[in-house]
This record gives sequence, C-alpha cells and structure tokens, in this order.
Amino acid sequence: MADFTSSFWNWYIIIPTVVGILACFWLIRWLSGDISPEDEGKEMDHVWDEDLVELNNPLPRWWLNLFYITLFFSIGYLVLYPGLGTFKGLLDWTSTGQYQREVDLADAKFGPLFKRYAEMDVVTVAADPDARRMGERMFVSYCATCHGSDARGARGFPNLRDNDWLYGGEPVTILQTILNGRSGVMPAWENALGGEQGVADMTEFVFSLSGRKADPDAVARGSEQFNMLCTSCHGVDGRGNQSLGAPNLTDNIWLHGGTRARVMESIARGRNGQMPPHREFLGEEKAHLLAAYVYSLQTGQADE
Amino acid sequence: MTDQQTYNYTVVRQFAIMTIVWGIVGMLVGVIIAAQLAWPVLNFDIPWLTFGRLRPLHTNAVIFAFGGSALFASSYYIVQHTCHVRLLSDKLAAFTFWGWQLIILSAAITLPLGITTSKEYAELEWPIDILITLVWVSYALVFFGTILKRRVPHIYVANWFFGAFIITVAILHIFNSAAVPVSMLKSYSVYAGVQDAMVQWWYGHNAVGFFLTAGFLGMMYYFVPKQAGRPVYSYRLSVVHFWALIFTYIWAGPHHLHYTALPDWAQSLGMVMSLILLAPSWGGMINGIMTLSGAWEKLRTDPVLRLLIVSISFYGMSTFEGPMMSIKTVNALSHYTDWTIGHVHSGALGWVALVSMGSLYYLIPRLFNRDLYSLKLVEVHFWTATIGIVLYIASMWVAGIMQGLMWRATNADGTLTYSFVESVQAMHPYFIVRFLGGAFFLFGALVMAWNIWKTIAGAKPAVGVIPAPAAAH
Repeated sequence: MADFTSSFWNWYIIIPTVVGILACFWLIRWLSGDISPEDEGKEMDHVWDEDLVELNNPLPRWWLNLFYITLFFSIGYLVLYPGLGTFKGLLDWTSTGQYQREVDLADAKFGPLFKRYAEMDVVTVAADPDARRMGERMFVSYCATCHGSDARGARGFPNLRDNDWLYGGEPVTILQTILNGRSGVMPAWENALGGEQGVADMTEFVFSLSGRKADPDAVARGSEQFNMLCTSCHGVDGRGNQSLGAPNLTDNIWLHGGTRARVMESIARGRNGQMPPHREFLGEEKAHLLAAYVYSLQTGQADE
Repeated sequence: MTDQQTYNYTVVRQFAIMTIVWGIVGMLVGVIIAAQLAWPVLNFDIPWLTFGRLRPLHTNAVIFAFGGSALFASSYYIVQHTCHVRLLSDKLAAFTFWGWQLIILSAAITLPLGITTSKEYAELEWPIDILITLVWVSYALVFFGTILKRRVPHIYVANWFFGAFIITVAILHIFNSAAVPVSMLKSYSVYAGVQDAMVQWWYGHNAVGFFLTAGFLGMMYYFVPKQAGRPVYSYRLSVVHFWALIFTYIWAGPHHLHYTALPDWAQSLGMVMSLILLAPSWGGMINGIMTLSGAWEKLRTDPVLRLLIVSISFYGMSTFEGPMMSIKTVNALSHYTDWTIGHVHSGALGWVALVSMGSLYYLIPRLFNRDLYSLKLVEVHFWTATIGIVLYIASMWVAGIMQGLMWRATNADGTLTYSFVESVQAMHPYFIVRFLGGAFFLFGALVMAWNIWKTIAGAKPAVGVIPAPAAAH
C-alpha cells in the first residue's frame, strides 16, 4: 500500500493494464479472422492520390505467434512479479530483496577475509602485500575521484603521499578521518584585514613563512595582523594545528593552490573542505584496509 | 486556377529545404562532440563549446530541427495528397514554419549559453516551451482541419500515424514541461524526485515512440508504396499494428529507470509493455518491406527505394534490440553504457534519418518539377551512410558491452577489478571508430545536399494541381 494514497490508484493501475492486454488479444483475434479465399490478396476498395491502394493480405502466422508469445509471457510475469498495483506477485520478489540477497551472499563469501584483517592493527595490515593490494583496489574505486588514482590529490583535495597531514598521519587518525569524515573551515578574512591591501600584506607574510620571496614592508605589516588573527589556529610559528585541521603554512605545500592570486583568494574568501564520512557506506572492516593502504603510502611500502 | 484547386507546396518546400540544412548542422555538432569524447582537448576550455552544452544542441537539432522539419514537410504533403484538398489554412501553415524555425534558433542560442531545464530532450526553457505549444496547436489545427475537409471517404493509414504523433506529442510536451518560472530564463519542474524522473522518461521514451517512430511510419506508409509503385502489403496488419503500437508505447518509459528508486510495480509494467511492443513494431516493418513483394528487382536499380528499405531494416533491428534491452536482466548490463547510445543511433541514423532522406529524394523533384540531378550521387550517399551507421553501432555495441562487463568484474576478494577511469580508457579506440562512423554519415548528408542543390538551382516551384479522387471500384 505504501506507494498509494488510496485503493483507487491501485485499481487505476490494475484495470487499464489488464484491459489493455486483453484488448491486444481481442484485436489480433478479430483481425486474424478468416478472409474468404476470393478476397485474400486482392486490393481493398479504396484509392488515394491516384494510385495508392492496399492489399487484403492476412496477418503473417509467425508474426501472430510472436505477438501471442509476448502477451502470454507478460501475463505470466505479472502473476509472478509485482506489477499489478499492490499485488506483490507469487514469487514475492522485490528489488530491495534481490539487492539484500546479493549483498548477504557477498558478505558471507568475502566477509571472513575482511574480518581477518580488521582484527590486526593497521600497521601490521599495511605490511601485508595482499592487504595493500586489496586496499589499493578499493582506493581506486572509492577514493580516486577526489584524491586521484595515484593518491596525489588535486587542488582542494589533499595529496596523500607527501607526509603532510592536515589531521595527522597516525594509523588511528587516518581511520577516524575515513570513518567520520572531516570538515575543514577557513573563515573569510577580507573585512577583518581591512580590505584588499590587508589581504595582500597577509599573503606576503604567509609567503615569507615558507621562505618564498616577499616584500619586507608588507611582511612586517602582515606579521602584526597574523599575530592577532591567525595564530589561534595556525599557531604562533605558523606550523598549523592538526587537532583543528589547520594547515602548516611553513612547508610550501598549498592545498588550494600556491600562486599569489590563489593564496589571496583563500585568505579573502575562506575555504571549506569536505571529506565525507564513510562509516555507513563502507563499514569499519573495509575502512580498516583503506586506512592501512593510505598509511602504507607514507612508509613507501605501497610502492614496493 | 484558384488556390483551392492546387496543393500548398510552399510550406512543404520550405520545410523540405530546412530539413537538409538542419540535418547537416545537427550531424556536424554530433561529429564534433564524438571527436570531443575521443580527444577531450577539443573542448578548448571554452564553456560554450564543451560537450555538456553541445550535446543537448546536437540532440535538439537532429530530433526537433531535422526530424521535426522532415515530419512537417512530409505530413503536409501527404495529408493534402491523400485527402485531395489544399491545407486548411496557408497562413497558419506559414506560422508553423516560421514559428518552428524561431524555436530552433532560440535553442541554438540558449543551449550553448547553458540556459537549460536539464530535462533530457526537453532542455528548452519555459518561454520557448510556450512557443512550441502555440506552434504545435496550430500544426494540429492545420493537419486535422485538412483531414476534416477531405474529399475521399477513408483516411489513409499514413494520416493515422501522423495524427497519433501530433496529439501525443502535444500531451507529452505540455505535461513534461510544466514548470514554475522564477525568471525569464529559469524555471523549476513542478514534479520532484522519482515522480519527476518518471514523467521525464514517460516523455523521453515517447519522444522516441511518437516523434521518432509513429511520425516516420506515416512517412514510410506513403513514400515506400509510391516509390515502389506497389500496393501496401496488408490493410489488416496496418490496423493491428497501429492500435497495438500506440497503446503499448505510452507505457514503456519506466524501462529507463530499472533498478532505481522507481517502485517495482512501475518497473515491471514498463518492461512487459516494452516486450509486447516488439510485435506491433515489427508489424510496421513487415508492411513496409513486403510492399516490395513482386518488385524486388527494383532494389537493384533504384537507390532511393534501397535507402527506404534499408531504413525499414534498421527500424526492425532497433525495435528488436529495444524490447531486449528493456528486460531487467539485460538492462542490468546495458544500462548507463554506450550500448544505449549505439541503440539510439541505430534507430536515429538507420531508421529516422534514412527514411527522411529517401522521402526527400522522392519529394524534392516533385516540388520543383525537376528530375534528380544524379542517381549516382544517391548511390554514393547510400553507401557512405550505410558504412557510417555500421561503424557507429558496431563500435558502440562492443564498447558498451565491454564497459558493462568491466564495471561488474570483481576480484577473488570481492573488490572491483577495474576502476571507472580504466573503463573510460578502454573506450578510446571505439570512440574513434564512432567518430569515423559519424563523419561518414555526415559526408553522405553533404553529398545529398550537393545533389539536391544541383537539382533545384534555377528551378521554378512546381504547382500541384489537385486531381479528382478516384471512384471506388
């Protein structure tokens, strides 16, 4: 009943379907009736556009049989499967049921394999070449869209091979990141910095943190503002804070792009980073293998 | 001689010429986007030229500009000739021509600009949708008005199909395009979620069923017997397959939504009705091909007839493939793959385009009182088009089935064997073959345009004098 607001709609589906199929039967029974031998193959009694005429040929037998076969198949199908309104069909089949059966089957078959690895700690799993291969295959299916099939990321999506961790590279932290996701928020600072000039000064200062060439006067001006506004997240030395996901600004790695324009945009308008949670989608056992694979990327084991 | 003693050939001529023009435009855009899929650099990073914006331009141009103009031209010609009267109103007919061209022009401007409802095959925004409705209602008035004043008692079978096509497309367009405008160029569908999907595919599949099938069957029922000089094979068959076809098609939409959030009962109904559709579709194929019985030798000498008959063969092939692909088990493999693209083009290039082109080769000499400039060039067109279609659909079959198999392949540990991007990489050679197929087909269309140009250059428009209806015999 769930699909319908009243039983009216149930019959609204059943009646036209059944009547329609019966009408097909009636139509072909009616017009496949006998043609008297003298009429067969003769022209019908109408002419259009001087020479357009039609013959009175019977319906081809093989074609009629084809029609009957599809009609009988359809009736059989609608008796066995859902189709006629709320009637569930004799097989009690549902698409969600079929999906669940296939998932259960796969779980029964592959579950023990994943379970075995889930019971080992992440570092041990990362040392196992078979486990790493499984992890890598899952990575290219589930993670590569954002992080790239080589795990080197893209603008806005962290590189997982550079040993620079926003939230920390400990096995347990990686696993938490995969299971629960992360939201990184950098607020927009344009107003607080007093407009474009302030943003430009701050950009020079941030450049100086990683030893890039910067205008000394602007760096001095930016430095004052940095101490007031930025240190609570990025730290006094600009090395960031992994418990907040605040990036290290001294390592010359730029998640959202390192050109002057991109950095200015990051400061002026802020950034929002989203790593979606995968606990429900993948489950803990698969996430465990993925964490091991990602961990192995920094130890170099993955490329052995 | 008064107007009422002649046919209105003006509007037929206009639509016939524009059919060729829009055909070349639409196919050219198709070849460009096929090349973009093989070599993405051809997007040039220019938003207006990217695949996402040009693809709807391609589909709208070939379906509604090329196919639509062919349908207007042939239905206006056929309804006059088989009713032995002039069109109901020359003014209204002229309005449908200029209105339709304006709609096409607006589509060609808005779609590359990214102005779209994002409903497939119904991308045009609400002001254009309203214009479509006005033109379509006028079309219905002209067509049915002409039927009403006919001078023969019976309505010819071609007109049944045109009539069903006109009425159903009106209903589909109005219901599917119902939307709430928020500005001149933006609206939101009145349906949401799975209901929106269902209405969209009810529309989408019947755009195929009524626009691209019923309408073109009307074309077939006139031009094939005329070109072959033979009677239609079976009147009874035409009655059965007409009613069965128009009844069954309207249910088939849900097969586009197998294994989605659409309720199971709707998916099942869509599937069984698609299967029942096989015989009614083949009824049309039998009637078309068997009309040649007793005149088979003409296929050797008449390339125009050959175009028409090969188009019917492709119709038969695609209407077998369609019901097969609607079976859930097959669909689980074929859905979302390029097999679907191959299937559509076996119908669009093989059936719709070839039957239109064959009809134009019949029609244009009669509209200009000239013999075709060159039958040799029709021969060239026939072979390049056929080779193009075969390259296109064969590459998409292989590519689509490969894609489907790659997506479902799993390793011994249950993980997927291939990442998505590997399946995209594997498609590359087939994308190139498909591009070549499209280029062949476009080349054939250019040959046709040249041939028609040489036929009509300097010709005076023909005047069609209405003959007296034949007495019943």
